[in-house]
Amino acid sequence: MLWIAQRATAAVLAICVAVHLATIIYAVQGGLSAAEILSRTRGSGGWLAFYLAFVAAVSVHAPIGLRAIFIEWLGWRGRSRDLALLAFSLIIFWMGARAALGVFA
Amino acid sequence: MKTEASYWVFMVHRLSGIALALFLPVHFWALGNALQLDSFLAWTEQPLVKAGEWAIVIALAAHLGGGLRVLALEFLPWRDWQKSLAAAAAALTVGVGLALALAL
Amino acid sequence: MRVLVQRTSGFQEFEVPREPSQTVLDVVTYIQRRLDPTLAYRYACRVGMCGSCAMTVNGVPRWTCRTHVDRVLKDDALSVGPLKNLPVIRDLVTDMRDFFDKWARAGGQFKGGRTKQDDFAKVSPQSEERTLVDAGIECIGCGVCYAACDVVAWNPDYLGPAALNRAWTLTKDVRDKAKMERLRAVAGDAGCHSCHTHMSCTERCPKQLSPTAGIAGLKREVTKAVLRGEL
Repeated sequence: MLWIAQRATAAVLAICVAVHLATIIYAVQGGLSAAEILSRTRGSGGWLAFYLAFVAAVSVHAPIGLRAIFIEWLGWRGRSRDLALLAFSLIIFWMGARAALGVFA
Repeated sequence: MKTEASYWVFMVHRLSGIALALFLPVHFWALGNALQLDSFLAWTEQPLVKAGEWAIVIALAAHLGGGLRVLALEFLPWRDWQKSLAAAAAALTVGVGLALALAL
Repeated sequence: MRVLVQRTSGFQEFEVPREPSQTVLDVVTYIQRRLDPTLAYRYACRVGMCGSCAMTVNGVPRWTCRTHVDRVLKDDALSVGPLKNLPVIRDLVTDMRDFFDKWARAGGQFKGGRTKQDDFAKVSPQSEERTLVDAGIECIGCGVCYAACDVVAWNPDYLGPAALNRAWTLTKDVRDKAKMERLRAVAGDAGCHSCHTHMSCTERCPKQLSPTAGIAGLKREVTKAVLRGEL
């Protein structure tokens, strides 16, 4: 059920986010450039798998979180709300997977 | 005016969640651009963008801290240490924010 | 002192004399008996046992018989209103029906399995389950937690801290036979999963109960039941 999925993906994301924050802080040392980033990431199967898992977890976690907000603060009842969230979930997954492939494949 | 710490930790958690949810599509779009155009990457050097990036990372750390607090309250045997958890969440946020500020 | 009372017709200010050891209930009673007999309010025991006198004092839900004026007086003034999150019948009196209906909907009734012919159920007070039940069993249904809860305010279907706390104590009662029914009643959007651990209920409960703890327990019980395929 939704609550279990939310807590399970939360646990997964806790790890992913910790890793992501650490890599951000490392990567921004001494400035950024596309070439520099890509030289580190291109062809990295392990990181690709990590980020695809990250994107999958986010596309489950974010819509479920938004659902509570839609119910409580927007008073949005009925199917249309859940359909909208499903659409958001799919868009996030698609955009994220595309970005991950662009960086790591 | 609400004074309970738990309420504010929750509110920060919820608002940071909204911010992150709105930010994600932008993030994925920007990644695509950044890799193709060094000029895009140069644009991100602007102070306003940097400030925005810093704010988003703070939001991420805050959301993580608040989330860990929720997981602890819901899954660990019940103890009366919610206040400490709220504090831990705040500390985590500040810590990450400082680390990032120093790195940027 | 000045007392601002939120009535059905709007806010009304009264001048009430200060007395030693005065409670907010004393103040409201004074107003109704000496100043304005049309003021409607509710109380019974006036000694902190029944919970009937719960009202909103300076924006916070409290038992007025247990709230001393010198604790809440600010600049020689205080404000009194009906409990939040409940329909108002008149002035300071709220309609508690929703509160108790939700109690019933959460499966807040004990369902035993023994008859008069059976022996007594033996439940050790030191057992893990009974310790958990005892921590939450003293609820007298005063409605303060319900009035304090933001989720109740945001989501009219939400069963609320008191109802869920009672469901929790019954779930942990080893004599009760209706566990699955009850878990089904509290799983879902109207039930325990909508609690966001603001902990206003725990903060405000005059009996120092922690509905948040009970609700967290329900979340774990529901999860266990789902993972075992029972729900």
